Amino acid sequence: MDQRATPPPREYTDGSTAIVRGALEAGCNFFAGYPITPASPILMMMMRELPRAGGIAVQTEDEIASIGMSIGAVMAGARALTATSGPGISLYSENLGLAVMGEIPLVVVDVQRLGPATGGATTVGQGDVQFVRWGTSGGYPIIALAPSSVPDCYHLTMKAFDLAERFRCPVFLLTDKELNMTMTTVALDDYRPADVRPRPLAGEPGRPYRYTPADGVPPLRHYGAGETVRFTGSTHDERAFITKHPPTVDALNRHLAAKIEEHRDEIEMAEADLDPDADTLVVSYGVTAGAVREAVRRSRAARGALSSLVLQSLWPVPETTLRRAAAGVRRVLVPELNLGQYRREVERVLPGMDVSGLNRVDGEMITPEQILEAVR
Amino acid sequence: MTTTITPLATYRNDLPYPFCPGCGHSPILDALNAALVKRGTDPANVVIVSDIGCSGLSDQYFITSAFHGLHGRSITYATGIKLARPDLDVVVVMGDGGTGIGGAHLLNAARRNIGITVLVFNNFNFGMTGGQHSTTTPAGAFTSTTSTGNLERPLDICGTVAVNGAGYVWRGTSFDADLPDRIAEAMDADGFALLDIWELCTAYFVRSNKYTRRAFQTTLEELGWPSGTIQHRPEIPEYAAAYRAAAKPGRSSVSAAPIPVTQRSTLDRRYTLLVAGSAGGRVRSGVRLTAQAAIRSGLYAAQADDYPITVRSGHSLSTLVLSPEPLDFAGVGVPDALVILSEDGLAKAKALLPRLSPESLVMAFPDVAALETPARLVVLDPAAASTRLARADHGLAACAAAVLLLGLFPTAALVEAAAAAGRLAEELGKVVAAGLEIGGAAR
Repeated sequence: MDQRATPPPREYTDGSTAIVRGALEAGCNFFAGYPITPASPILMMMMRELPRAGGIAVQTEDEIASIGMSIGAVMAGARALTATSGPGISLYSENLGLAVMGEIPLVVVDVQRLGPATGGATTVGQGDVQFVRWGTSGGYPIIALAPSSVPDCYHLTMKAFDLAERFRCPVFLLTDKELNMTMTTVALDDYRPADVRPRPLAGEPGRPYRYTPADGVPPLRHYGAGETVRFTGSTHDERAFITKHPPTVDALNRHLAAKIEEHRDEIEMAEADLDPDADTLVVSYGVTAGAVREAVRRSRAARGALSSLVLQSLWPVPETTLRRAAAGVRRVLVPELNLGQYRREVERVLPGMDVSGLNRVDGEMITPEQILEAVR
Repeated sequence: MTTTITPLATYRNDLPYPFCPGCGHSPILDALNAALVKRGTDPANVVIVSDIGCSGLSDQYFITSAFHGLHGRSITYATGIKLARPDLDVVVVMGDGGTGIGGAHLLNAARRNIGITVLVFNNFNFGMTGGQHSTTTPAGAFTSTTSTGNLERPLDICGTVAVNGAGYVWRGTSFDADLPDRIAEAMDADGFALLDIWELCTAYFVRSNKYTRRAFQTTLEELGWPSGTIQHRPEIPEYAAAYRAAAKPGRSSVSAAPIPVTQRSTLDRRYTLLVAGSAGGRVRSGVRLTAQAAIRSGLYAAQADDYPITVRSGHSLSTLVLSPEPLDFAGVGVPDALVILSEDGLAKAKALLPRLSPESLVMAFPDVAALETPARLVVLDPAAASTRLARADHGLAACAAAVLLLGLFPTAALVEAAAAAGRLAEELGKVVAAGLEIGGAAR
């Protein structure tokens, strides 16, 4: 390569900015949030940007109101985002259930910090991985995406909006303090937009929860578009009236799971960097993937063979992708800034495989050296 | 073109109410229906937001749009709906239970004066779950959880929202003949409107307390609370309208800000520089400008900052990571070079000093330069600059000196980065020049 060739333009930015940019480009026009480190930069930027762009941003009295207002705004036609950290997700819990039951397309950013409780407010962590999946009563599925770089923050934010529209459910963007708040250099070429599908505004008047089996998801009708629209968080029939009729109840509850579980192929996303000679696969996600990429580069520079699978979608577990990437390796390493939360899922998907963890909860990042040491 | 709208005779559907005989919910909903008929809004543009409890069933008996959410949170959903679509009529139907558990939302909605109408079906107890006491149960009253009489004072819902700026506040009972007119009046009001409607729970409260409609007056007198229209202040701006009036179109501050590559660095490996100073020394912004200069020189830069939550006191540390290759991992172990600006910075960076290599460089301001380290030590003397530096200039000046001493990239890139800093360009340019003088003197 000609050393004198002008490199593609670069900027100096952080994950928070990329998330806000992605949200605005995805058509987000409503934001509600409450100050919490390390998610506050998103709140501050949205409070500044949305009124300029003709949208609405509110700083609410608490996190319960943040997600509550967001859900209300979606029913009034908005495309909504809310952002918090683990302690805020605790307060989001009941309304996450409402968004699941009422089938609300909503993007929720969880900028993870070290927990539990107040924990380390300015310290990186990945301890909410299972929490976002099981964070509301009933155990019904949600979707969670995990960016591992600033360009990924942008891309997956847009993707999250698209999946929220597609599946009418809360979609988490699971990031962390370092990804969101560390300034870094990004080549503008690395930003990849994602298509965000329009809201169809179809469906049958008076039957807001009717869906065709093939599609699996009822089209969202919102208030003030000419027809009466009903919304409910109670067990309901397709007209959104409360019911205890067992076949209707059964169909509803199975539908809430099936609409996601049966369309995993539309959600699974990962970045596979596989070496056919490798006997070890490193499965990572989020900020930890940066150290893995560096470790792979160093390993290959030293004529080693190491495979990497960086998961971009965490829930539902990308089982097909995991099985494919693990075919032919002898062992799998799962580095995480928690005590092995996602390793459980990898072990479940790859029974019989030698799966080990590399875990830090001391507030420091896993380093490339630690990964190289663990795969030696 | 004009559209003729036939007024609706009713906003009710044909389902009968499910409430107990004598329960106040039915007459209140009839009054709401009468108010909706009087106002004549398209039912699709009326959203009844129901809370939890017996009153939470209410939306199912109307042909309007509806939102049946969670306990105490109805006001948050209603606020979101009104903010997104201020043209819709948003009516919250909630019990005294909902006002208790959702108290924070109630008073903040009043404070914002968001244009929703809240009907509180206040029957002094939890009727759906077994007649437990609520935040509005009168003192001394018997409920399933106050068997010796309620020890708590009841919440003055109207007084609370009125004092916090609600546009319209009214208190009355389900028996009041003017209730439909008051509901319509509340819905006509632009701001936050609340009607505290006292009513009888015939399943529990009436039976436990021998309570009758005549007792409402006695309870009011005992508490010394007013009834009727308590507040009507149309002059207080409604929040959704005020928000739109205050919003000004503007340029996005999050669009990509490309940095041109105009210089060339000869740095051939990853290099880390830790700048350790105090709050107020603009350490982070100094490192930030240095990173932008590195990018101008074709390098990749990243920056990890460390400072206490009390941002204007204590230490401020910033680590600059530079590399000719993309930076997938910006973590730092032991830095290659260290700048120490103050006692605060020294205290945080001290543990690193013995771990530095003999090839690394420590650059310290004179008053913190008495250090022991295997690294090479140079003193950065602010007095070497031809202009006098303020403490707020120390971060950037030291970065400029370090770039010069370490030869990380051409110092012209720093000058350019400062010149690109908009209204700060002149000021930052002077600091960079002073920093380069300090670095030159230390060479």
